[in-house]
Amino acid sequence: MNDFENLSISSAIEGLANKNFTSLELTEFFIKKIEKNKDLNCFITSTFDKAIEMAKISDQKIKENEARPLEGIPIGMKDLFCTNGVRTTAGSKILENFVPFYESTVSNNLWNSGAIMLGKTNMDEFAMGSANTTSFFGNVKNPLGSKVNKELVPGGSSGGSASAVSSGLCLGSTGSDTGGSIRQPASFCGLVGLKPTYGRCSRFGMIAFASSLDQAGPITKTVEDSALMLQAMVSFDKRDSTSSRQSIPDFSDFKKLSIKGKRIGIPKEYMIDGLNSDIKKIWDSGISWFKREGAEILEISLPHTKSALPTYYIIAPAEASANLARYDGIRYGFRHNADDLNDLYQKTRGFGFGKEVKRRLMIGTYVLSAGYYDAYYLKALKVRKLISQDFEDSFQKCDLILTPTTPNVAFPIGEKQTNPIEMYLNDVLTVPASLAGLPAISVPSGFNSEKLPIGLQLIGKPFDEISVLAAGAVIEESRGF
Amino acid sequence: MSIDNSTVKKVAKLARIEINEEEETTLIAELNNILGWVDELKQVNTDSVEPMLSVFNESMQMREDKAESNFDNNQILDNSPESNSGFFVVPKVVE
Repeated sequence: MNDFENLSISSAIEGLANKNFTSLELTEFFIKKIEKNKDLNCFITSTFDKAIEMAKISDQKIKENEARPLEGIPIGMKDLFCTNGVRTTAGSKILENFVPFYESTVSNNLWNSGAIMLGKTNMDEFAMGSANTTSFFGNVKNPLGSKVNKELVPGGSSGGSASAVSSGLCLGSTGSDTGGSIRQPASFCGLVGLKPTYGRCSRFGMIAFASSLDQAGPITKTVEDSALMLQAMVSFDKRDSTSSRQSIPDFSDFKKLSIKGKRIGIPKEYMIDGLNSDIKKIWDSGISWFKREGAEILEISLPHTKSALPTYYIIAPAEASANLARYDGIRYGFRHNADDLNDLYQKTRGFGFGKEVKRRLMIGTYVLSAGYYDAYYLKALKVRKLISQDFEDSFQKCDLILTPTTPNVAFPIGEKQTNPIEMYLNDVLTVPASLAGLPAISVPSGFNSEKLPIGLQLIGKPFDEISVLAAGAVIEESRGF
Repeated sequence: MSIDNSTVKKVAKLARIEINEEEETTLIAELNNILGWVDELKQVNTDSVEPMLSVFNESMQMREDKAESNFDNNQILDNSPESNSGFFVVPKVVE
């Protein structure tokens, strides 16, 4: 059998078109590989029978020259996307037995493009976490940990998705990003993670965490793959009131776009205390690569950067406390028996939610409660405006912003568990773009002294994913691996 | 401002989450820590700044006010912990 482990989506499409292998061969390879690597705990639910069935249909389409854009490409689906007839848990006990009878728009779009579902990937409970250590279904391991003989976190919340692609268990996967949940795990696992502009991907059927921030995106090995998957995922959807009607470009046009003459902003505020020195070095290398390609580098200022994380930790829990009110133990999900209704709600939610989720629901409830709403929630909404304004002002002067994705590389499982804020700090460099709804990509750019991957982040103007991808490709070509 | 036992109890009740005494103690410390940290936002001048509820700035579209149902009752009830004769079952709420 071929070794498909290092295959990219684009080369798989070519191989399938040239009849070098079939989708069934590809799919069976990944099924075996997933079974061999159960210890990584990447998948909550596997859908192998469905995958084989889909692969056979794909092979038929290829044979009849009717291949769709992602025909026969096996992927992992984050367990945050509702899949018709396939259990969808969001990593929570409270949805342990939930089987949707409808399909999320993003997953539906992917299946309509010919992609094949291998299973539902593990994630932090309700996407609340940065290390994939809050899932009811257990921790996910980063496959790169074996390089340093440590059990490392894959990042979160899309940890299962990132670990699965990094260990070659699928060709690509979906993630969702509320404050960094695509970009941070992609960076920790040496992958490309793209959060498109808010509104590009429909949120219909995506289990809600913080609706004004949640956005789906792909996790892949290459920038080209990222463009291919993104193309399949996006659509205008009338079932999502914030789905954008902006025209959808051909994202592969990024290949035609030159970075020469583009202005790349380097925000001085991202030079935070505690930024790992290896990461700082790679950031400098990134600057030199863009200079070499003829881009203009300029220092910019995003003065409210340091307020972004506290703002996020008011807004996201506030929205979560409203969104997660639906888990009441009555209409679906886990129920804890009780004699009266209030007791039923309280016990169901007390036993059904994990620690981190309860912590955030408590914060969210508190900041929205009478007497504190203005001081916390309203204040945070105003600071969000200032953060967004910073980006708008900067994009008058530059076309793209280059920063590190994370302040540190992947850390051992069990670290940063005692103080929640320490865990939250993982997202300090990704959260600002989330609050402003901007497209941002993380691209593997180098390694630390232990050979663990370091990602650089490129942030673009609203709906300018093409420039973000084009700049990501410059990193790919320049980094020397 | 600091959070004490009675605040944690009140918030847990509002959020409909049962917490035991041990969780209560941990939450008091954690919430104080987190709220103390987000308090730094108070130093940001937001005079005459409009609150930003969403980054989405396209106008929302009107649609006909028409009910559409694509699902049948059984599909929906299949996911419920307890149902009877086409209804969700809850503990008795009226005397």
